[in-house]
Amino acid sequence: MEEQVIKVEKLTKRFGDFTAVDEISFEVTKGEIFGFLGANGAGKTTAMRMLCGLSIPTSGAASVVGFDVYKQTEDIKKNIGYMSQRFSLYEDLSVIENIKFYAGIYGLTNKQIKEKSEELIERLGLHSEIKKLVGALPLGWKQKLAFSVALIHSPQIIFLDEPTGGVDPVTRRQFWEMIYEASAKGVTVFVTTHYMDEAEYCNRVSIMVDGRIEALDAPRKLKEKFNVSSMDEVFYMLARGAKKAVI
Amino acid sequence: MRTIRFLLQKEFRQIFRNKSILAVVLMVPIVQLLILPLAADYEVKNVSLCIVDHDHSTYSQKLISKITASGYFKLVDFPDSYQKGLSYIEKDKADVILEIPANFERNLIRDDSQKLFISVNAINGVKANLGGAYVLGIIREFNSVIRTQWLQPPKFSNFPVIDIAITNWYNPYMNYKIFMVPGILAVLVTMMGGYVSALNIVKEKELGTIEQMNVSPIRKHHFILGKLIPFWVLGMVVLSIGLTVGFVVYGIVPEGELGLIYLFAAVYLVSVLGLGFLVSTYSETQQQAMFLSFFFIMIFIMLSGLFTSIDSMPQWTKVITWFNPVTYFIQVMRMIVLKGSGFTDILPHLLKVAAIGLVLNIWAIRNYKKTS
Repeated sequence: MEEQVIKVEKLTKRFGDFTAVDEISFEVTKGEIFGFLGANGAGKTTAMRMLCGLSIPTSGAASVVGFDVYKQTEDIKKNIGYMSQRFSLYEDLSVIENIKFYAGIYGLTNKQIKEKSEELIERLGLHSEIKKLVGALPLGWKQKLAFSVALIHSPQIIFLDEPTGGVDPVTRRQFWEMIYEASAKGVTVFVTTHYMDEAEYCNRVSIMVDGRIEALDAPRKLKEKFNVSSMDEVFYMLARGAKKAVI
Repeated sequence: MRTIRFLLQKEFRQIFRNKSILAVVLMVPIVQLLILPLAADYEVKNVSLCIVDHDHSTYSQKLISKITASGYFKLVDFPDSYQKGLSYIEKDKADVILEIPANFERNLIRDDSQKLFISVNAINGVKANLGGAYVLGIIREFNSVIRTQWLQPPKFSNFPVIDIAITNWYNPYMNYKIFMVPGILAVLVTMMGGYVSALNIVKEKELGTIEQMNVSPIRKHHFILGKLIPFWVLGMVVLSIGLTVGFVVYGIVPEGELGLIYLFAAVYLVSVLGLGFLVSTYSETQQQAMFLSFFFIMIFIMLSGLFTSIDSMPQWTKVITWFNPVTYFIQVMRMIVLKGSGFTDILPHLLKVAAIGLVLNIWAIRNYKKTS
């Protein structure tokens, strides 16, 4: 039996009268690349924030790497990496300073920090840029760096919230190669995106509409089920029924 | 502890790369201490005065020369009627009119009494009040001088002359610079603690980097200490620069222990940093934080006794000043610098500021949530 690293059952989040996430249930297997799709305002980010321990659910149950999202948020945080759609490194610190800072606050030893940062710089080919301020790097590089930094403490799951927004196709491609690499090492990847070609790269995708999960399966099976040729069309067919979202 | 070290390292790196914070830390205390004590001066000089002299006698001449020799007044004109004098006030060219009636000298000698008329332009209240008071003081002195001349020898006099000698303790020459510098210094330290720190934390909210902190296993109190310690240090630096400027430029050497000033400032900074931190937990943008901080610090400074005496405030504002840490800091600064007060003298103030700091910080820590 495969290990389930994320288990979600009837998870709900309300803000006053507004139900942002409405009784969603799913499970994510270890090492899987799980695509979390939905139009703007469909509730993706809210759901993801609950799983990261940033937001307490209104009702329902969920566990992430075996820890409860109500009571053990700090334990969850030790075991996950997170990269948000808003850029999350410090622009006024240099590449190497950012790497060392994040490694430091996740409690890595000095030796580990040294090894990890050298390995990371090697992999990204950033040797000549390590003393540059992050603010001076092109966006694509920043995102790749942010992704690598989010993995520096070897988390079991990495949450990516629209990681490739505004990035050129070549860099996006490279970014997805990095995601595959991480997945091959056993890291579970939980990713939200608006790009349907990226959805095709995922092992399984869920599509959220109005706070509910309307479809959840491998991209190939979803296309068969809806009898269309691309994920784009699957998404369009589902999201068109939405009340709140505007496409 | 190790986490705090990483946080502090990061914070100081960012501060030293941020030119505007450095400017605030280094330049603002120097510039403010050079300019403000010279400008923020209660002493009123150059009161524009018109004298309408209907008498033109020896005594009126004596009085006039006594007034003009005092150094507080700038004689505008000697108009020949009160109406003309009033037109100077209307044009805002004169602050005070002194009218000396005809037969001033004669009535003074014959009836032993005489009335003078002073008219004051009260648009600038402070200037008017003090200008009027100066004129009164000079006339009173003039009065007692001529009286003693007439009534000699005084032992036969039925009217004892009471002479008042005033000694100004702690600031013998009533030098306002000595009075203002410690106060301004207190305000500068307050700005550092309550304003710059709030902006810094909210900036991380705006950039989204605070979310990255919240999703890390970093302990809440580590994050807070990592934010507050750098600004505590900066506050102390501002204080040191300020004391140095006070010594070099104004020759102010604290009468009391320098260590006591630092001890009080150390506790005080924790208190205002708590305010800055609290403001940051309620603000989403730097603009909001700026207005909120500005609102509180403005009121605190206005009610701190820096510019106006707390004793002359109405009861309800006095109550507010009990909860105003700035009041205590300014008082303590003046006590130590001017009066040389010791530890037991400032202890009540120290405890009150510590209590305010405790409340503000606990409130802020409770309101700061890693998980909402």
